[in-house]
Amino acid sequence: MFDSTFDAVVPLLCVILAALAAMGAEAFRARGERMPIGGLGIVGLAGAGVSSVLLWNRNAASFGVILADNFGLFVTLVLVVVGVLTIMFSSQVVRRDALPAGEYYALVLFAIAGMIMMATANDLLVIFLALEILSVAVYVLTGIRRDDQRATEAAFKYFLLGAFSSAFFLYGIAFTYGVAGSTRLDRVGAYLAAQSMSDSPLILMALALLLVGFAFKISAVPFHMWTPDAYEGAPAIVTGFMSTGVKAAAFAAFARVFLSAFEPFSADWAPIVWIIAALTMILGTVVGVAQSNLKRMLAYSSIAHGGYLLVGLVAANEVGKAAILFYLLAYAVTNLAAFGVIALLGSRDRGNDELRDYAGLWHTRPALAALMTVCLLSLGGLPPTVGFIGKWYIFSAAVSAGYYGLAIIGVLTSVVSVFFYLRVVVMMYMAEREVAAAMPPRVTGVSMAALAFAIFVIVYLGVMPTQVLDLASASIATIF
Amino acid sequence: MSGYLGVIIYLGFIVAFAVVSLAVARLLRPHRPFAAKLETYECGARPIGEAWVQFPVGFYLVALVFIVFDALAVFLFPWVLALRGLGVWGVAAMLLFLSIIALGWLYAYRERILEWQ
Repeated sequence: MFDSTFDAVVPLLCVILAALAAMGAEAFRARGERMPIGGLGIVGLAGAGVSSVLLWNRNAASFGVILADNFGLFVTLVLVVVGVLTIMFSSQVVRRDALPAGEYYALVLFAIAGMIMMATANDLLVIFLALEILSVAVYVLTGIRRDDQRATEAAFKYFLLGAFSSAFFLYGIAFTYGVAGSTRLDRVGAYLAAQSMSDSPLILMALALLLVGFAFKISAVPFHMWTPDAYEGAPAIVTGFMSTGVKAAAFAAFARVFLSAFEPFSADWAPIVWIIAALTMILGTVVGVAQSNLKRMLAYSSIAHGGYLLVGLVAANEVGKAAILFYLLAYAVTNLAAFGVIALLGSRDRGNDELRDYAGLWHTRPALAALMTVCLLSLGGLPPTVGFIGKWYIFSAAVSAGYYGLAIIGVLTSVVSVFFYLRVVVMMYMAEREVAAAMPPRVTGVSMAALAFAIFVIVYLGVMPTQVLDLASASIATIF
Repeated sequence: MSGYLGVIIYLGFIVAFAVVSLAVARLLRPHRPFAAKLETYECGARPIGEAWVQFPVGFYLVALVFIVFDALAVFLFPWVLALRGLGVWGVAAMLLFLSIIALGWLYAYRERILEWQ
């Protein structure tokens, strides 16, 4: 590619152009005309993927605030995978629920653009801007079924709490600027490194406020209150999208801010993140056991997975940092596929997302039941799936950094979580189907291809993780 | 831990400021309520009802479109003042910005949000 100041934003531009094109297509669509708007999105995402690969190892920077280093590009590629899978699953859902296709895909693409921006941002204000771009798009996606009362309630709750958390984050940026005189992460980092001995209350305030802002977005305990309601009310595929994409992007920015700029103060934030990680893992798992709605159960499970990612952040050694990136990929693909199955089994009037709706799925849709089983085993962290490898590296990082307590809590909660994942599996294979239950709907080829791809990734990375792990550790070694 | 002392003192000042200013106002001000004084203030006009009523959703859509143009104006004024120094690049960047906003407006227009039944 050409060497210019625009290099680092090329992946971002691809996605934004696709989103604008989707908007334009919707605006000029004749009534009743059907357009392959989802395909447009996949083209844009493919462009973003290819340009990220071409930018690899080049550390391109645009305007000083967008930094396409390998860390950002790795997360960008994860987000591209999330986007492509979401669009492939959505094609069936959009038609079934008669959602406005142009708006839906444009919002998904704008959200992904915000996520990519967040993962590659090198300035606190740009991170905030990206956070707002993705949040506003996701608020609307949550309530895109306007006639559904629960979806509207979920969107409203998510919006109010999200706006609240953005205020915290912004206040944290203000304090950081007040202390360091810049919002650029490299300058903040240089300033803080020189100050690392002082215990200025302003720095601690900035640290605490930024921590709250990020904790809201990755739904860490005690800032998780919005998660179950928003995840349950939103359409299943949107839940899958926001529980993976939003979390990956927010976590990338979280790791970048706290492991680079605020690294000199890790003695101050590590104990707090330790407590948050422990609470997040415990609450997500324990409350998840009591759920009878599958979406709500996976919502709590995604809270628990956020806790495992935080363990990697606390450990912050070589293995831990690489494990964060690997786990992000593993979690994103697995969770999105699980929500994809839920979305495909729903019908227009009924979500079919209660646990008892899965009784006897093996007899009616054996392929879907088998694929769902692989996803659930991977979420539970059983070999030979990618979830096992991810958890293995997270916990071994915690042990080698001396955080035995966290590793023990992590392993114990994983064991408990296997209980509720397996409950679904038992339901699908051993329970009798209710006679009155409707036959699950047919699954289109595109959705099936997306599922097959996800399962392939889950099993392939579970058996041969070294390549991607090396990639992850190489990409994180260059910056922190 | 000594670093947090300043934060705690600061918090104390915040709470004390609110409490003290409200308490002093309460002690100093005369307290003579009557019916007209307790009514909602509406620029001298007689209040006609609660403020918590449902507005037609069209208001919000028009307001949103208006805000976009408001923000556009905020960018345009400093741009005009700095245009001499910016040259062709400045004009091109603003044209790009305007065309993206125009696409948004076109979208809103095609979705018929400005038509009121």
